Amino acid sequence: MAQKNANGLNQDPGPERPAMTLKRRQRPGENVIQSLLFIAGFFSIFTTLGIVYELGKEAWLFFRLPEVNIWKFLTGTQWQPHINEFGILPLVSATLVTTAIAMLIAIPLGLAAALYLSEYASKKTRNTLKPVLEILAGIPTIVYGYFALTFVTPLLRTIFGSDIVDIYNTGSAGLVMGILILPLITSISEDALNSVPRSLREAAYGLGATKLEVAVKIVLPAALSGIAAAVILGISRAIGETMIVAVAAGAGPNFTLNPFKAAETMTGHIVRISGGDLSYDSIDYNSIFAIGLMLFFMTLTLNIISQRIVRRFREVYE
Amino acid sequence: MKNAENRKKGPEDGTRVRDSVLSSSLSNLPSRNRAGRTWQLVFLSSTVIGILALTALLLNILDSSFGFVVLHARTDPATYSVNGVGLEDQTKDQLVALLQSELSSGAYNKLNNEKSFESRSRAEVYGIVIERLVKYSVEESWSLWQSITRSGEIRTYAAEHYPGDKLTFLSWLTADFVSRPQSSEAVTAGIRTAILGSLWTIFITILFAFPTGVGAAIYLEEYAADNWLNRIIRTNINNLAGVPSIIYGILGLAIFVRLMETLTSGALFGLVDSTTANGRTILSAGLTLGLLVLPVIIINSQEAIRSVPQSLRKASYGLGATKWQTVWFHVLPNAIPGILTGTILAVSRAIGETAPLVVIGASSAISVDPSGPFSKFTTLPIQIYQWTARPQAEWRHLAASAIVVLLAMLLSLNAAAIVVRNRFARKY
Repeated sequence: MAQKNANGLNQDPGPERPAMTLKRRQRPGENVIQSLLFIAGFFSIFTTLGIVYELGKEAWLFFRLPEVNIWKFLTGTQWQPHINEFGILPLVSATLVTTAIAMLIAIPLGLAAALYLSEYASKKTRNTLKPVLEILAGIPTIVYGYFALTFVTPLLRTIFGSDIVDIYNTGSAGLVMGILILPLITSISEDALNSVPRSLREAAYGLGATKLEVAVKIVLPAALSGIAAAVILGISRAIGETMIVAVAAGAGPNFTLNPFKAAETMTGHIVRISGGDLSYDSIDYNSIFAIGLMLFFMTLTLNIISQRIVRRFREVYE
Repeated sequence: MKNAENRKKGPEDGTRVRDSVLSSSLSNLPSRNRAGRTWQLVFLSSTVIGILALTALLLNILDSSFGFVVLHARTDPATYSVNGVGLEDQTKDQLVALLQSELSSGAYNKLNNEKSFESRSRAEVYGIVIERLVKYSVEESWSLWQSITRSGEIRTYAAEHYPGDKLTFLSWLTADFVSRPQSSEAVTAGIRTAILGSLWTIFITILFAFPTGVGAAIYLEEYAADNWLNRIIRTNINNLAGVPSIIYGILGLAIFVRLMETLTSGALFGLVDSTTANGRTILSAGLTLGLLVLPVIIINSQEAIRSVPQSLRKASYGLGATKWQTVWFHVLPNAIPGILTGTILAVSRAIGETAPLVVIGASSAISVDPSGPFSKFTTLPIQIYQWTARPQAEWRHLAASAIVVLLAMLLSLNAAAIVVRNRFARKY
């Protein structure tokens, strides 16, 4: 990177270039283009600033309202805007339940699939199975929502009884979310497993280890940082996932950890409140920004942790 | 095998310890191998579970797209029989005459203006008669699997519960379904409005995100020095790629819909669509999705630009080209397959995106085709969401059929990406 940039800079007709007979021609066009490209590059900063500013501003307006108390917002167990109860815990608990179920599905299955693809599968099998898993990642989340509501929920109701399982429940949303996140965990973990050098495996085989022992005791620990990053990224994805919970988890905040009951997650609430024409400066309008701000910081923190893990704990093999 | 031979060589001082280790590791070898086989099976079945889930998802959608329905006619078709000739057997002219006499003259003229009755086929006219005069509504519906395995039961059930109504096997997914606008009746509802809305939105998204994204990638890869500002930009792009899509929706609501209302509603250009007159337009939606896919396009384009070998750039500089000439004539043409592939994949993500558009305000059911960037809109995923959210079964069938169309669109986009990659990929 640095080397390439240095090369690039050397070519740049800068002013300190020694004046020879080949005089540098002024090229205002080049400068204009470079400025435009810089603006394009800087656009992402605008986006981030926009997110932080807008979420922050409207959330600030929300917390300044007389009906709202920031302490009650963070610890209240009731979210009922019509009687001015704004406790975010019911929304957070539903998010946690769906995320936990999703990860319970996605981590073991995703990791096992990654181990199979990278350690066991022949090249041919791998080249067939991997694209199929990637299709799973490319299906729009609304389709998963439909799947959760029309397939998984009836299935759960048949297994556990329809008096126990609600028509809308966090369980089916979580299960399907797990399937959605599975390929994400698989592909990142598989990359991590693949980057473990062959020599490590061969050394272990040379000492008489079986294939399983090589995979679990040698390769897996060596790739742990990449896998941890994948898991954290998966959690962040699950927290921010919207359409599955909006369709299948139910409408109406409900402070419960029971996966068979209907409950509304943070994202699900934002979608329901803002569907239809939401009038500006209403308390509902401001409240989605407060929830959004919380969501943004939760996912941002997880993403940054994930990047840190990759950078700090990555084993570097020549 | 070799270990066993070693052991036979007899006890020597240095090897005694090793021997005991070897013998213990040999004695548990069968169980270790067994564990290995068991876990290999576990790993394989995990992979298979993912594939099974995909199969179940697809079958579930197809299962809902076809099946028996009980249709109830608002007006019995028999009342339109002429001299004992039923509707099905009447000629086109008879059907047109029927329409003329039964519809209000305004409605008739409107149909005639859309496409004159002379140029319509008999089947089309028959379709209009069914839609406008007979007006079928769905009383009850079954899935494909039920329809195949329990067709006898369903027939007797329908005859018992819905005497006089028509039981018929219906494909919800038809060419008409794709070309009809949204309607309040499930049998006549279609997704043309939604598809057009999706296409318009994506068009705006590409128009905004492609040049910006590729420009940013060129800047970061070719121009940016390794200083703090550019490092922040790079980190920031990676972080933006992980922001949940609904946050972009909230941002779009605040910035495009509200703050920039005069621009996004078209008031700035005097192009306000009389039906909207606010910022909840296709333009806002396209820009929001543009922001959403921008990081993906930038990251993919950066990779494509990075894979262009340095020797090409050096050769270009050696011939006296300027920086931009090098980028434009040598780097970009070689990076374009990668850039296009990345962009197509980003676009296919945008097409399936629902949450941000709901937040922006696409949710109101509309049946008027969008006419430009300042129109009110609905998109295919939004339509699927609304239909899925309705409790009646017939809308679920429509949602499933719309999903088939959406997946077909995504599949063809991905196929295009693969073609682009294979066709134009160069090896160095």
